[in-house]
Amino acid sequence: MDAAMNRAMRAVAPLAPFTAAALAAALLFAAFLAAQGFEAPEALGLVVEGAFGSAFAWQNTLARAAPLMLTALCVALPARAGLVIIGGEGALALGALAAAMVPSLTAGWPALPVQLLMALAGFVAGGAWIAASAWLRHVRGINETISSLLLSYIGIALFNFLVEGVLRDPASLNKPSTPPLPDAVLIGQLPGLEVHWGLVWGALACAAAWFLLRRTVFGFSVGVVGGNARAALMAGLPVGTLLIAACFLGGGAAGVAGMLEVAAVHGSANASLLAGYGYAGILVSFAARHNPLGIVAGAILVGGIGASGSLLQRRLDLPDAAVLVLQGTLFVALLAFETLNRKGTRRV
Amino acid sequence: MSETTDGLAFGSLALALLGGALRVSTPFLFVSLGECITEKSGRINLGLEGTLVLGAMGGYGIALLTGSPWLGVLAAGLCGVLMGLLHGALCSLPKVNDIAVGIALMLFGTGLAFFLGKPLIQPQAPMLPSVELGAWSDSEQLRSALRINVLLPLGLALAGLLHWGFRSSRWGLALRLVGDNAAAARALGYPVVPIRIGATAAGGFLAGVGGAFLSLYYPGSWNEGLSSGQGLMAVALVIFARWSPLRCALAALLFGAAGALGPALQSQGITAGYYLFNAAPYVLTLALMAASWTPGQTLAGAPGELSFTQR
Repeated sequence: MDAAMNRAMRAVAPLAPFTAAALAAALLFAAFLAAQGFEAPEALGLVVEGAFGSAFAWQNTLARAAPLMLTALCVALPARAGLVIIGGEGALALGALAAAMVPSLTAGWPALPVQLLMALAGFVAGGAWIAASAWLRHVRGINETISSLLLSYIGIALFNFLVEGVLRDPASLNKPSTPPLPDAVLIGQLPGLEVHWGLVWGALACAAAWFLLRRTVFGFSVGVVGGNARAALMAGLPVGTLLIAACFLGGGAAGVAGMLEVAAVHGSANASLLAGYGYAGILVSFAARHNPLGIVAGAILVGGIGASGSLLQRRLDLPDAAVLVLQGTLFVALLAFETLNRKGTRRV
Repeated sequence: MSETTDGLAFGSLALALLGGALRVSTPFLFVSLGECITEKSGRINLGLEGTLVLGAMGGYGIALLTGSPWLGVLAAGLCGVLMGLLHGALCSLPKVNDIAVGIALMLFGTGLAFFLGKPLIQPQAPMLPSVELGAWSDSEQLRSALRINVLLPLGLALAGLLHWGFRSSRWGLALRLVGDNAAAARALGYPVVPIRIGATAAGGFLAGVGGAFLSLYYPGSWNEGLSSGQGLMAVALVIFARWSPLRCALAALLFGAAGALGPALQSQGITAGYYLFNAAPYVLTLALMAASWTPGQTLAGAPGELSFTQR
C-alpha cells in the first residue's frame, strides 16, 4: 500500500512545478491583460472555453495538437542526445513541400501507397534538414541551436522560392501554391469526428519515440551520449552516428507534420502551412520535459491555447498575438519553476 | 550588351551593395556589441531576437507618441533592459539553463511585440535623421550609398570604446574575470551574479537600440515581418568575431553586405531567386561558423565560463 502510494507520488511529483508554472502564467497573463483594460477574468475563461469548452473547441484543439506532437518530437529526440534543436519550422516546410511533390510523380497509383510515399518523402526531407545540424555540430563543432534555426530560415526561403517559382501551380493566382492534391490521396477525418487521422499518427509517433528512447539499446545509447558525450566515446559508442540519427528521426517527425498539413488540412503546399507549429513545438517539448508521452498532453494543452485565439479575438477584440503572449509567458514560467524541481535537470 | 554597360551595371551593383551594407549592418552591429558584453560575463542570451523585435515595436510606439525618434531609441533600449533583466534574473536561479531561457524569451518577446504593436502598423512615426557623407559627390547613386544613419557612427564609436574598455578599464576587467573564472572573481570579492545580470541588461539595451533602427530608420516602419533572424545571426556573429568588439564591427558590415545582396540585385532588375538571395546572410553565417569553429578545442578568446563553447 505504502509502496503503491510512493510510486504514485513519484509519478505525480514532476507535475507539481508544471502546475505551479501554468498557474503563474495564467495569473501573469491576466495581469497583463488587466493592465491594458481588458476583462482579464473573462479572457481566462474564454481560453478554457475556446480550448476545451465544447465539442467544436475540442476538435479545433485536437486538430492543432496533431502537428504539435510531431514538431515537439523534433525537439525531444535530439534533446535526449543532449542537443537543443529549434529549427522544426523549416523541417516542417520542407517536409510539406517534398510530400506535395509525390502525387504528381505517382499519377494513377492507388491512394494508400501514395500517402505512405508522401509521408516517407516528408520524413526524409525534414530528417535530412535537422540531421544537417547534428552533422555540423559533430564535424565542425557548430552550436546546433543556432545552426538549426539558421537552417530553418534557409529552408523556409527555399520553400517560398520553389512554391512561388518552378513548383507553382499556374492556376493559384492570389496565393502561390503547389498543384492541389487529387482528392483520393487526401487524409480524411476520424470516424464521427472533425479531426483528421494525423492525431492518431502523432500519438503513435510519440508512443514509438517513447519506446525507442526508453526501451531499446539505441535509445539507451542516445541517452548516454546526451548524458556525457566523452564517456560515450570512451565506451566505444558511435557518437556522431547517434547524434545524427536522433536528429534525423526528430526532423523526420516534423517533416511528417508538414506532410499532414498538406494532405489533411491545406490540400497543397503554400505559405499558410507556416503557422508557427515548429516554434510552438519547442514549448510543448520543454513543457513535457522532453518526455515523448508527456508531449501528447503538452500538445493538447498548447494546441488548446492556440485554438482559443479566435474566440479571444471575436469576443474581446484581443489581437491574435494574445495566444503568443500566453505561450511565451508559459514558457518563461516553466523555466523559472524548473528551479523547484528536486531532481536536477539536464543541460537541455 | 557592350562592355561599358556591363561595367556600369557592376559599378552600380557594387554601390548598391555598399549602401546596403552601411544601411543594413547597424542592427547587426548593435546586437552583436550587446551580446559581446553579455557573453564576456559568461552567459549567452539567445533571446536577443525577441529583444530586437520588442525594441523595434517599443521604439516605434514611443516615437509616435512623443514625436521624438530619439525618445523612441531610448524606449527601445529600456525595453531591452527589461528583457535583459528578466533573462539575467531567471538564469541566476539554480538549475535554470541560459540557452533555454533565451529560446523562451525569443518567443515571448516576439509575441509581446506583435500583441502590443497591433495599433502601430498603420500610423507613421517620425524617423531618425541621416548623415550625408556623400554630399561632395555629383553622383546621385554615390550620395544615396553614403547617406548613413546617425546610429552607425555611434555604434562604431561604441565598438572602439568597448575595445578599450574590455582591456583597460576597471569594469571591463571585472566583467572579463567574471566571465573567465567565476570562482576567482568571487574570491576577489566581485559580485558574480549582479555583474552577470548587469551585463545581460546592458546587452539587452543595445539589442533594443538595434531594433529601434529597424523601425525608425530602415525599413522604417513597424510590421510583424520586420526582423527575420538578425538578432540570432548577431549572436553567431559574436562567435565569429571571437568576442572582440572591433571584429564585431567588421563582421556586422560583412553581414550587412550579404543582407543587402537581395535588394541590391532587385534594384538592378534581377528579381529571379529573390527569396534565395535573401537567404544569403543565413548561408554566410553558417559558412563563417563552420570556418571559424574548430571541433575538439575551445575557441581562442572564448570566455571560460561560457558553457556552450565548451566541447
